[in-house]
Amino acid sequence: MLTVGLNHFLIVSSILFCLGIFGIVTRKNAVMVLMGIELILNAANINFVAFSRYGNFGYNGQLMALFVIILAAAEAAIALAIVLNIYKTFATVNVDEIDRLKE
Amino acid sequence: MTESSLIKLAIVILFLPLIGFTFTIFFGKKIKYTYILEIATVGIAFLLSAFLMFTKLSSYVDNEIVSEFTWITFGSTEIKLGMLLDNLSVIMIFTVTLISFLVHIYSVAYMKGDIRFSRYFAYLGLFTFSMTGIVFTHNLLMMYIFWELVGISSYLLIGFWYEKKSASDAGKKAFIVNRVGDFGMFLGILLLFITYGTFSFDSIFSQIASGVLPFGTETGLTIAGLLIFCGAVGKSAQFPLHVWLPDAMEGPTPVSALIHAATMVAAGVYLVARVFGMLTGDALFIIALIGMISAFIPATIALTQNDIKKVLAYSTVSQLGYMIMALGVGAFTFAFMHLITHAFFKACLFLGSGSVIHAMHHEQDITRMGGLRKKLPLTYYTFLIATLALAGIPLTSGFLSKDGILAGATAFASLTGHWLFPIAGFLVAGLTAFYMFRLIIITFHGKPVDEHKYEHAHESPKLMVVPLVVLAVLSLFIWFTPNPFNADAGIFLRDWVKAPEIFVPDNARYDFMVADHVVSPGESSFYEIVYSEKYSEAVHSAHNPAIIISLLMALGGIGLAFLFYQYKKVDVDKLAERFKPLYNLSYNKWYFDELYNGYIVGGTLLLSRVLAWFDNKVIDGIVNGSAAVTRGFSSFSGKFDNIVIDGWVNFMAYLSGFIGLIFRKFQTGKVQTYIVLVIFSLVILLFLFKPF
Repeated sequence: MLTVGLNHFLIVSSILFCLGIFGIVTRKNAVMVLMGIELILNAANINFVAFSRYGNFGYNGQLMALFVIILAAAEAAIALAIVLNIYKTFATVNVDEIDRLKE
Repeated sequence: MTESSLIKLAIVILFLPLIGFTFTIFFGKKIKYTYILEIATVGIAFLLSAFLMFTKLSSYVDNEIVSEFTWITFGSTEIKLGMLLDNLSVIMIFTVTLISFLVHIYSVAYMKGDIRFSRYFAYLGLFTFSMTGIVFTHNLLMMYIFWELVGISSYLLIGFWYEKKSASDAGKKAFIVNRVGDFGMFLGILLLFITYGTFSFDSIFSQIASGVLPFGTETGLTIAGLLIFCGAVGKSAQFPLHVWLPDAMEGPTPVSALIHAATMVAAGVYLVARVFGMLTGDALFIIALIGMISAFIPATIALTQNDIKKVLAYSTVSQLGYMIMALGVGAFTFAFMHLITHAFFKACLFLGSGSVIHAMHHEQDITRMGGLRKKLPLTYYTFLIATLALAGIPLTSGFLSKDGILAGATAFASLTGHWLFPIAGFLVAGLTAFYMFRLIIITFHGKPVDEHKYEHAHESPKLMVVPLVVLAVLSLFIWFTPNPFNADAGIFLRDWVKAPEIFVPDNARYDFMVADHVVSPGESSFYEIVYSEKYSEAVHSAHNPAIIISLLMALGGIGLAFLFYQYKKVDVDKLAERFKPLYNLSYNKWYFDELYNGYIVGGTLLLSRVLAWFDNKVIDGIVNGSAAVTRGFSSFSGKFDNIVIDGWVNFMAYLSGFIGLIFRKFQTGKVQTYIVLVIFSLVILLFLFKPF
């Protein structure tokens, strides 16, 4: 019978990470890019918790995961505020069109 | 008074007129009465000079008071300035300040209402100051400085009415002609300085006496003497530089009296008298020759002039020629005496002519006057006395000095055989008497020519007449000698004025100037001091014939003048017609101005034209040529800059632009691209460094 071990967790988190990267790189909508970032953060959380369960590190990993969740919430609030401001300034949230940095 | 306090007195006299000048020139416009201060300073200077002269002549008659101080030190050469008080300088300063003071008083009335009234007095003060400097100096440097100061004040006063072109031209002419003479004088001073290393008369003389000569020869000394004499030729208006003096009459008449008759033009004679001790026989002979020519030519010119001041001007040149000739023939004492007597009576004549001009409302042409004797009695009589003095009639001072000069010239001729000097002298005496009485008769006698002006003529105010009377009285014999026929009897020649010691080597002197025996100091016999016995004998025997001939010549001249102009026995116009060439020669002043204009001024113009051509063609050609070459070079250099240097720089810029073009592709400005790149590079780095 299949026993769920550390490797399974790591594979899931890698898939999640890659999906996050894929989302960040390919999405045009800034909100979708933010969602990609959330995925990457959660991939990291899975790693923290998995290593906490199977490694000999005590509860540090779980605590760090809690921190990341709080941080992600704060990050989402600030990032959405930025997106709102971008929309006010450029009348769009399409990241391809916001390329003033080039000039 | 001690000697040092006399020197202090002299310094005060020197600077008083300068104070007057300074105040009047700076405050004359604002404060109306500064001219009174100026006159007062000259008046005080005159009183002090009188005191100085009498103290010097009574207490220190045989002393030479010198005071000097070091002005500048160059290495081991010290340049000293100083004052010299001897009998010559104190008598001269008395004369200068007296005439200056009288002219100041006279000018108050004469210049009344002039727009530059106070400046006029300032200039007079400047002149008095500079003339005082010339008189008191004990060295050639100070002499030269004050010499030029006198020249500039003369220039300012001749051109005083500069609105008139003739006046400003005359001022320039006087200044430039004087500069010609001064140039020679400057060379002479330099020659003496490089030879003796000093400017002061005394040390130059003592070095000559000890045998040091310029270039080591007597000829060098002759050259030095003649170069110094050049200054006198310019300032004393001697031939060939006499042309400025008649033109100088464009200045106000009191100025002519002070500067161009009595004092400044006498400075040249004074200079020659100062350096008399270093003049060799050859130099003296040339000086005598120039003096003779200058006495004769202007006397003939004065015969036909119709401008009252021009006649007097030529007469002045002629009389200065007399003095110079007298110095040249060795009659030193009489030359100096004539300088003083001439100063008084010529100042009187000029101020008298000023009075006439004033009365006739600035009419100077004597042919438009006539009969003024009744209208201007005081002017007439003072003018007459001065004229008698100038003509050399007994009882006047002029007779004494002129007779002495003629006797000296005769004695010189009898010793050396040059009879031209006395003959010219006697001739000039006759001519002088003739032209002066021609002037008097045409101006004061006869019938008025211009009735209208005659009616309005009036005797001048007291301020003008008093100086005339003073000067006329000073033209009498009594101030110089108690015996009107023998000047030697007077204290003036017996004790005061003596021929100076000669320092020239014996072989370079006139023979008669070699002393027969060594003279101990303090031995105060008259001629014997420096001259030989045979000279005093010759003078003694020439004395009486000279008196008789000169008297005959003068009386003949006066008689002819009366015959021609008073009684009209001879038709002068016909006479002029008959001797047309001679008349024209005299009337046109021997064509000196034309000659100088034609050859000297014209030559200078020609030379400057040649130089201008040279400048335009050659110098400008060279300048333009070098400019063209430079332009060629810079054009090449510009092209090099534009093509090579700029090309390289532009290429570099283009290259960086091109590289930038490639690399800017990476800079999309899209964060997502950057993230892709970051991940891509991270993966590469991980593979490269293989941390696992």
